[in-house]
Amino acid sequence: MTLKLELKEVYKSFGALKVCRGISMTVDKGQMICLIGASGSGKSTLLRCINLLEEVDGGQILLDGQDITDPSLDPLPFRRRIGLVFQSFNLFPHMTVMENVMLAPRRVHKPPKAQLIAETTQLFERFGLADRMKYYPDQLSGGQQQRVAIIRALAMKPEIMLFDEVTSALDPELVGEVLDVLRQLKSEGMTMILATHEMGFAREAADKICFLDQGIIVEAGPPQQIFDAPKQDRTREFLSRVL
Amino acid sequence: MSDDTDSDITKPAAEAAGFTIAQRQEREKRLRRRANMIATFSTIAVVLAIIVLVPLAPGWEKVQRSFFNGEVFLKTFPTLVKAFMLDIAIFAWSAPIIAVWALVVALARDARSPALFPLRLFATIYNDVFRGVPVILIVYLIGFGIPGLGLPRPWNSPYIWGSVALVLSYSAYVAEVYRTGIESIHESQRSAAKSLGLSHWDTMRYVILPQAIRRVIPANMNSLISLQKDVALLSFIGPVELLRQAGVFKSLYANFTPYLGASLLFLAVTIPATRLADRMIAKQNRERS
Repeated sequence: MTLKLELKEVYKSFGALKVCRGISMTVDKGQMICLIGASGSGKSTLLRCINLLEEVDGGQILLDGQDITDPSLDPLPFRRRIGLVFQSFNLFPHMTVMENVMLAPRRVHKPPKAQLIAETTQLFERFGLADRMKYYPDQLSGGQQQRVAIIRALAMKPEIMLFDEVTSALDPELVGEVLDVLRQLKSEGMTMILATHEMGFAREAADKICFLDQGIIVEAGPPQQIFDAPKQDRTREFLSRVL
Repeated sequence: MSDDTDSDITKPAAEAAGFTIAQRQEREKRLRRRANMIATFSTIAVVLAIIVLVPLAPGWEKVQRSFFNGEVFLKTFPTLVKAFMLDIAIFAWSAPIIAVWALVVALARDARSPALFPLRLFATIYNDVFRGVPVILIVYLIGFGIPGLGLPRPWNSPYIWGSVALVLSYSAYVAEVYRTGIESIHESQRSAAKSLGLSHWDTMRYVILPQAIRRVIPANMNSLISLQKDVALLSFIGPVELLRQAGVFKSLYANFTPYLGASLLFLAVTIPATRLADRMIAKQNRERS
């Protein structure tokens, strides 16, 4: 196992609200980590910090051993190595989904057009959406839109993918198709961190579960340990409410 | 009409529903017809009252002669139409420049990095000044002031400096409209673009602006309509456009009818444009709901 990402005592507040209060964790290459915890426990903010959408107030985030929170470094190259998928999809509504996927690679990597189209088409085929490429986001179902959002992030060839409650905005019957994509990514060896409320999925697919409460990781470990034999009272209490 | 309180549960539901729908449609048709009739009657009554009552006023004959003079109208109208073409030309070259310059000002006002603070300051002062001073004053100051520097022809042309005055003035308003458009795009769109590693400028250009500009087209249509009217202000600094030409005729024939002709020409453009803007706004509201 090689260490891919390491968080050291990450702090983040918004005004007086302390959202992350010293979060440390490690992620190995190819691992799937699930962050669980109540709304407001700091899961989303932590993911946004890792993607550098939020500046941390303290601590370090090391990607392959390099501190990406160093304010003297340009955040753009790091963001491109870390994909983030949002709860509300956030597709660009004025473009077809194919254009959504091609925009960032076209502007950043600037490949030849034919190659870009071929690669994009391949991605859509890989996730079973080849027949929807020319559609606009609002012409697709929520599940399809979220799969497009995942494809869009993958098009930047990220080394880590972050998923921020990607199934929470979906109708129950559409959750499955998105979870299937996550399983597929895991089997292909992607390193992933998920903030999720899908406890069944977390138990089945995650390599490690981190339970967050009030901005700290209360308990972390393999799914069997967290779900079947939690050591902390707060973990037990949370699980008894959601399971 | 049959008694529909007598509900028969064995009757197919669709048939029962169809019956009430037909009944409701009939009722709505009756109401619509009545509303139309009332509107028609009241309009006729008002128009009749004007036709009958206004000529009873003591000064009517004099007003009719000096404002509604058919002879003067026919004699002057063709020349007025020609003069109006100049208004349209000034409008046609000013509007695109406004669209672009206003966008530059709007983007300058949103410049976030500290190094660009002077740009932001400039844009803020620009907006304050040009929105705070009446358009006619800007036209006077720039239209008379800059040619007064003794510039050689054609750089002393009132067409150039009049247009510049309109562009400067209107861009301040349109820039504010652009800014509301930019601010109306949800923060999550910016997050999504940033998370993909797009630069600030690429995010603006490919994600925010295309949506923002589309969203404010109806609002900007209204600015265009008032620009079309304000082109007439240039008559004060020289160009013989519609208002000036009508003034010339007024003096020549000692008659105000040319002003009526000029008004009709403006209306011929502004009414369709207003309707178009209204329709675009209505369409946008429908799409958003």
